[in-house]
Amino acid sequence: MIITRKKPYEELLSMLGDAKKVILVGCKSCATSCETGGEPEMAALTEALKADGIEVVGTVYPDESCQKLLVKKELKAVRDTGYDAVISLACGDGAQTVAQLVDTPVYPANNTMFLGQVERIGIFNEMCRMCGDCVIGHTGGICPITKCAKSLVNGPCGGQKNGKCEVNPENDCAWILIYNRMKEIGQEQKFIDQLLEDKPHGAHAYPRTVNLKEEKKGAEEVAE
Amino acid sequence: MSVLKEAFDSGKFAVTAEMAPPKGADFSEQLEVAQLLKGKVHGINVTDMQSACLKASSIGLCAALKAEGLNPIIQMTGRDRSRMAIMGDFLSAYALGIDTMLALTGDHTTVGDCKDSKPVFDLDSVGILNMLTKMEQTGLDCGGNELEGPVPVFYKGACVTPVYEPQIMQIAKLKKKVDAGAEYIQTQGIFDIESLKRFMDAVDKANIKVHIMAGIIPLKAAGMAKYMNANVPGIDVPDWMIERLAAAAAEGKEKDIKGLPAKAGIEMAADMVRQIKEEGICDGVHIMAIGAEKNVPTILEKAGVSI
Repeated sequence: MIITRKKPYEELLSMLGDAKKVILVGCKSCATSCETGGEPEMAALTEALKADGIEVVGTVYPDESCQKLLVKKELKAVRDTGYDAVISLACGDGAQTVAQLVDTPVYPANNTMFLGQVERIGIFNEMCRMCGDCVIGHTGGICPITKCAKSLVNGPCGGQKNGKCEVNPENDCAWILIYNRMKEIGQEQKFIDQLLEDKPHGAHAYPRTVNLKEEKKGAEEVAE
Repeated sequence: MSVLKEAFDSGKFAVTAEMAPPKGADFSEQLEVAQLLKGKVHGINVTDMQSACLKASSIGLCAALKAEGLNPIIQMTGRDRSRMAIMGDFLSAYALGIDTMLALTGDHTTVGDCKDSKPVFDLDSVGILNMLTKMEQTGLDCGGNELEGPVPVFYKGACVTPVYEPQIMQIAKLKKKVDAGAEYIQTQGIFDIESLKRFMDAVDKANIKVHIMAGIIPLKAAGMAKYMNANVPGIDVPDWMIERLAAAAAEGKEKDIKGLPAKAGIEMAADMVRQIKEEGICDGVHIMAIGAEKNVPTILEKAGVSI
């Protein structure tokens, strides 16, 4: 899940400038779970804006704000409302998807934080930095790129104290977790012996695109 | 050829001293102190923004020390530089006559004094050593391209933290460092000889062949020792040392004599150096005086160590 946090209201307000009529675009998916882009948040924002003399003339609440075709379809319902700006209550992906589909400015109500696990309602943990080259098969199913503050691939630095990370003492040292886990699953010797390659950054320069259609077409052509 | 390597090769008890560049652009104080170390140590190990606090870069002070006829060791962390920047700095360092290096992963920027700086960590200590070793073996740079002229061959070192739980993790990483080309290792500050011996036994058991230099930090006061115990990973100053420093402070107050705790710290450091040498526990010592480098010759003299 993409974890988002609300921007301070004053920051959002200052971005809006002289916009007087806005539409809100929420997201039924991640942002609803994060309590940043669901119906209660849209209602609260509508009230707050009203108090500041800004009218919400329409709301859109797609299943996923990052689905371009879906968002395009749903935006049709608000196209004649005379809005002069859009506020996105989704992640950065959702906000930019909306921005590609309207002619007015789009302002983000949220900051996009990380790709996270939902430990339970309202508790999110960063699990994957989407490096494009997954190593957890070698590290006991625990990601050192994400869980180690230095993204080290060859064991711990000297900075842990009582098993906690020097960067944030609330976090466990990822490499101690990895060692304990590998020991548990019978891979202690593998832990000691293996040398992982330093991350090749060249293969993962952003922005990245995946086009399955083209890939399938290419594969068919090769098969022919 | 690296003077430190020569010392090890000829079976001498090796001695290096650590020195930090200034937080500023004036090296005169460092160069003055360095003169006191001339002929007393096999190398001056120049830190790379230790504790992630901004200082003049290691390569600059190394070049200045070299010009004064000293033997600098360049420290390189992975915190602030990509692999390209690290390799570029090593090429420059070698061109300036610096032939000995020490690889470190580096403290994270958030524990230092420029917290908004981007933490790079493209390579860790193992990665830095591997990159240099590959360069020596192939003559290629970090992108696989041909380098011009003779390829730099550094005498390469790394660090280890003996007081660490679980110890097997430090031993495993130490082995990776040695496999990656580290020929000498300096330890985090040691205060308990028995725990150092246990660590050396573990190194032997793991069949790791490398020159190990015990890290020596001369204590200046009981407060410093307590602070390090609480805040510096891998540091464990025993109570009896803290008590001796406190007693020295009390004596100084009573007799109105200044500097007694620091003197006690120097004596305890010298005792450790002597014992490590006499009992052949390690192949050398690395003295981290943390701003009191002028005391290093006294420590060595009291320990009966000369190069």
